[in-house]
Amino acid sequence: MKAKSIFAGLLGLAVTGTAGHAATTITIATVNNSDMIVMEKLSSQFEAQNPDIRLHWVTLEENVLRQRVTTDIATHSGQLDLITVGIYEVPIWGKLGWLSPFTAIPASYKVDDLLPSIRNALTVDGKLDAVPFYGESSFTIYRTDLLQAKHLTMPENPTWSQIADLAGKISDPAHGVYGICLRGKPGWGENMGTIADIANSFGGRYFDMDWHPLLTSAPWKQAVGFYVKLLKDSGPPGVVSNGYNETLALFASGKCGMWVDATVSASFLNNPATSKVAGKVGYAAAPYATSKVGSHYLWAWTLAVPKTSRKAEAAKRFALWATSPAYIELVARTNGWGAVPPGTRSSTYRNPDYLKAAPYAPAVLAAMQSADPNHPVTQPVPYTGISYVGIPEWQDIGTDIGQQVAAAVSGQMSVDDALKQAQDDTTRAMTQGGYLR
Amino acid sequence: MRRAPAATRLSLSVLGWIVGGITFFPIFWMAITSVKTEAQAISSTPLLFFRPTFENLANMIDGGDYLHFATNSVIVSFGSTAAALLLGIPAAYAMAYYPTHRTKDLLLWMLSTKMMPSVGVLVPVYLIFRDAGLLDTRIGLVGIYTLANLPIAVWMLYSFFRDVPHEILEAARMDGAGFLQQMLWLLLPLAAPGIAATALLTIILSWNETFWSINLTSSDAAPLTAFIASFSSPEGLFWARLSAASLLAIAPILALGWMTQRQLVRGLTFGAVK
Repeated sequence: MKAKSIFAGLLGLAVTGTAGHAATTITIATVNNSDMIVMEKLSSQFEAQNPDIRLHWVTLEENVLRQRVTTDIATHSGQLDLITVGIYEVPIWGKLGWLSPFTAIPASYKVDDLLPSIRNALTVDGKLDAVPFYGESSFTIYRTDLLQAKHLTMPENPTWSQIADLAGKISDPAHGVYGICLRGKPGWGENMGTIADIANSFGGRYFDMDWHPLLTSAPWKQAVGFYVKLLKDSGPPGVVSNGYNETLALFASGKCGMWVDATVSASFLNNPATSKVAGKVGYAAAPYATSKVGSHYLWAWTLAVPKTSRKAEAAKRFALWATSPAYIELVARTNGWGAVPPGTRSSTYRNPDYLKAAPYAPAVLAAMQSADPNHPVTQPVPYTGISYVGIPEWQDIGTDIGQQVAAAVSGQMSVDDALKQAQDDTTRAMTQGGYLR
Repeated sequence: MRRAPAATRLSLSVLGWIVGGITFFPIFWMAITSVKTEAQAISSTPLLFFRPTFENLANMIDGGDYLHFATNSVIVSFGSTAAALLLGIPAAYAMAYYPTHRTKDLLLWMLSTKMMPSVGVLVPVYLIFRDAGLLDTRIGLVGIYTLANLPIAVWMLYSFFRDVPHEILEAARMDGAGFLQQMLWLLLPLAAPGIAATALLTIILSWNETFWSINLTSSDAAPLTAFIASFSSPEGLFWARLSAASLLAIAPILALGWMTQRQLVRGLTFGAVK
């Protein structure tokens, strides 16, 4: 009898133990952006609503994250269940079959509310391979007080020559104010993010329809020549050390008159806690040269589920929660409308509370709606992507071109020599990649 | 021994302070950045005088899960050091006291394994870890750190053991001492400063190792190097938070180095002056 009681007790313990261990733990790999930090903090509400799912966070530096995710997927390790990937990787990885598409999307998610440009960029073979967490484009950011002091006006759609003219007029290096700051640090996600947009608007293509590089073409020489001269005439010293964050820091500390960069910068610059110039910043469309096509980029951080995940259903449930209209309302309730993830949903830009908290929102929406990664330049090209080329070889090629252009900015070589070197390196890389014979 | 002239001594002293100041400056700057706001941290005119805020440090400890990462760092760095010594001491003993004509080649080969970039073997190591179920485990990290530090540990121990006169061990053998007795009562006490220096160096190397810790761990076994890496942001200001994370990450190993500096210097110069 005693033995039976012990057995029954153990069985009971085993049953309750099993019930207690039913929760699925998913590992989420992400970058340390302010929007991601908010998501991590609010995720306890998801766990409360979904007691069968536990979340484990792995926060990594952007390039380390790419390396980790690539290794994990390529070796079928299944260590990561949900990954933060950029809009550049999604189509490439989707075509390789590395991502598990979102097929069963509930009506409450309102998938049609996603901005069409972002949704299209994340759709591979008719299936949504990733869901957008936040999106951005680029536009012109300028100091209203500096322009007003000189009785100058920023056009709504400025040209690059108008920007150069304004930069020259407001530049005051003696008092530590430079007419314009642009990214100069070499890298496919750094200076090339700016240079590609300038080149597009001058009509410069990276490749012709047969994948022959066109970096020594007249539009590229004009575009890079213009960029180098503009920074020499009106830029800050040591430009080649300045990536996005360094330039943001320069503008936020009042050292720049203008800046052409990510629309997401507006929320940092509007915040007095992180910006000395809050309240003195205006926004206009990205400058163009001969064409507005490709003059401003499109980027999004997205959540995707690797095919190797063994907990794909739970991971997708969280991804849909974190990118849903309900999540945006949750952020607004807890952190204010100014803190909601921008650039993903049309409804955000119709919300009067958001428009009040983010006066730059109409300019952001206009930029995002007009950026088309499928048509980055006026002439036909075999690739997609505005500030990047959507092929796996791009990270190496883009970084190499960025290094040659940085050498031209620092005066180590002429613009023509830099582009000739970039053309030779790109031709070699494309031949090795099998695009050219 | 003749003392150097006063001017030479003064110059050397000044030079020592300058070198020390240059070496210490990054740590000093990191420490003061950790108590600035993000706006102060990115000020293009470097700020030396400001009202400090301890918000970043407090946030690290409260919300950054610092203790979890710190515990992992302590376990993997001390665990891998113990394993490296356990394997390295017998290996160095054999090479120092029973050398063959291939001993030098073997030592050089061991050292040559350090010359290969870690990323070159990332995929095979990752696959081995995956198949052995060692990904994101402390035992896996202890294993890889042990292997990474073993060549340096063997080299250091080998040079320290060679400085212990053979005759002492021979005399002990003649008195009937066995291998373990020679080891425990003679060799280890005589080479203790060298062994301590080796241990401290491998602890420091393991504590600071970044590549494997970031690539082979996710959350359970992630040490402080992974903790620091998580504060770098592609978009936004992060220098003050990153400095606070770095300060907290190096604080334990800095304290250990400070407390053991006498032994460390003695060990590293052991046998340097005959």
